[in-house]
Amino acid sequence: MVRRRIDVAKRANLIIGAALVGTVALAALLSFMWLPTDPLKMNFASQLKPPSGGFPLGTDHFGRDLLSRVLVGARSTLYVGFIAVGIALTAGSLLGALAGFLGGVVDEVIMRLIDVAYAFPAILMAMLLAAVYKPGTLTAMVAIGIASVPIFARIARSSVLSLKEREYVEAGRALGVRSGRLLLRHILPGAMGPLIVQASLSLAVAILAEAALSFLGLGTPPDVPSWGNMLREAQGFMAMSPYPALVPGVAIVWTVLGWSLLGDGLRDLWDPRG
Amino acid sequence: MLAFTVRRFFTAVLSVWLASLVVFSAIIAVPGDPAEIILGLNSSAEARAALRTKLGLDVPAPRRYVAWLGNVLRGDFGESLNYQQPVGRLIKDRFKVSVPLALGAALVATLLAIPLGIVAAMRRGTFVDPLVMTLSQVGAAIPSFWLGLIFILYFSVRLRLFPAGGFTPFDTDPVKWFRSLVLPVVALGLGQAAVMMRMTRAAMLEVLSQDFVRTARAKGVGTRSVVLKHALRNAMVTIITILGLSLTNVFIGSIIVEQVFALPGLGRLALTAIGTRDFPLLQGEILVYAATIVFLGFVVDLSYGLLDPRIRYS
Repeated sequence: MVRRRIDVAKRANLIIGAALVGTVALAALLSFMWLPTDPLKMNFASQLKPPSGGFPLGTDHFGRDLLSRVLVGARSTLYVGFIAVGIALTAGSLLGALAGFLGGVVDEVIMRLIDVAYAFPAILMAMLLAAVYKPGTLTAMVAIGIASVPIFARIARSSVLSLKEREYVEAGRALGVRSGRLLLRHILPGAMGPLIVQASLSLAVAILAEAALSFLGLGTPPDVPSWGNMLREAQGFMAMSPYPALVPGVAIVWTVLGWSLLGDGLRDLWDPRG
Repeated sequence: MLAFTVRRFFTAVLSVWLASLVVFSAIIAVPGDPAEIILGLNSSAEARAALRTKLGLDVPAPRRYVAWLGNVLRGDFGESLNYQQPVGRLIKDRFKVSVPLALGAALVATLLAIPLGIVAAMRRGTFVDPLVMTLSQVGAAIPSFWLGLIFILYFSVRLRLFPAGGFTPFDTDPVKWFRSLVLPVVALGLGQAAVMMRMTRAAMLEVLSQDFVRTARAKGVGTRSVVLKHALRNAMVTIITILGLSLTNVFIGSIIVEQVFALPGLGRLALTAIGTRDFPLLQGEILVYAATIVFLGFVVDLSYGLLDPRIRYS
């Protein structure tokens, strides 16, 4: 009975997470095909309006439709999140797998570099990149990606350390399979489960980081609607209308909650002891 | 313990040194002439040459790095191009804002998260556990800067209880200092509390399921004593790690919250440095942030080496 209750709770994480993430993905897809109005179109007769028939979520200080902007914002947010986590997943898995597989000096060097990356959270990295290049979507993606590399590297390393001692790997070696092929074709796929779970959890972090960077003016440029820069713009007008700050904020919480619940649900499925 | 401390110390020093290389390399990575980027296209050739000399750009990079690192080790981070003041002094001044903000937020997070995490673990199977966990899950998804905006909307604009922004130094007026920090501290601390709550609960559940706890219970030790004397002490290793992580998170999180509440701290100083391409200031600031993160990690390592002999001998 208790076990069944726990199972339902675990599945609930997965189902609620998938539903939340699914709605955001649908919103982002929908924004390519249909939008209530042009998200960039200013309408000075309708500034800071509360929700109404014409503007279901209200308008901002330029009279722009908040629903259209939040839909387009879903696009920017998912785009930055996916690319950043893709960078981290690819680089982190490869570095961690190499460290775990080769061991010795290579392991030591890679893990020291990973320690250094821990000292540069996404915001610091983005600040450094923004000063060197120009603040923007690319620097934000790269900064969030680099800052997320260590967690993937550590997971990949520990999985590879345990997998490389398995009998099927020994058998592969005895059959003369080359190390590179052994690692990429036989060991790394076995480590993918925990990495995919981490990817979902990291997407939650990446979306928060993207919003924070855009809020600081270090992420998505102001001419492209993103939830972070919608909040940045809303800051000065909150006393007149709360909606420009509430709408993107709720969208961020919704999406971050979705990815973290989905990650938790996947982890429970992957490792029922957890 | 000495060998463990020395090993961890050298790892930390190595990390800070590598971080200094990354920070220093930033100015080398600037595409084009940094002096032209800083001063603008319309600047005169003489002004650009003078700035290049001031930044040491006419000296080979390795020599420049050695000189810069030597100065940094003596506490000299160079001079800010924008403020025309020593970077070290600017950073020290801003610490007066950022440190109380980060420590206050870590305190709020700890005071909320540890008791609630323990209660959730002890009340597993009742409505309390899922309630605390849901709060924690939602809380962790709320960005501190959005929470800050909502606080301003409600507590400053509507109720007029706290200032919407700005900072009063402690020496000027302690009461105003406190009032200027309440909202940012709570906005920053609540999100961190949510993360810490989950971790504390997990650490307590892990310990509560161990044999020695069952033995203590079987011997008739009261619940309060089991939790406070036996379980909590053993969960401390994890909780200390969480505290270390949370200090790092709030220190970094303060960059954004300072922006929301217009607090003149390190974060705002760094953003100004980016806007004005003030490389010496930005390099100094980022190195201080990175070194602080490494130092906090080192302190956490030491403290759990002290708490758990298995770690220091491994």
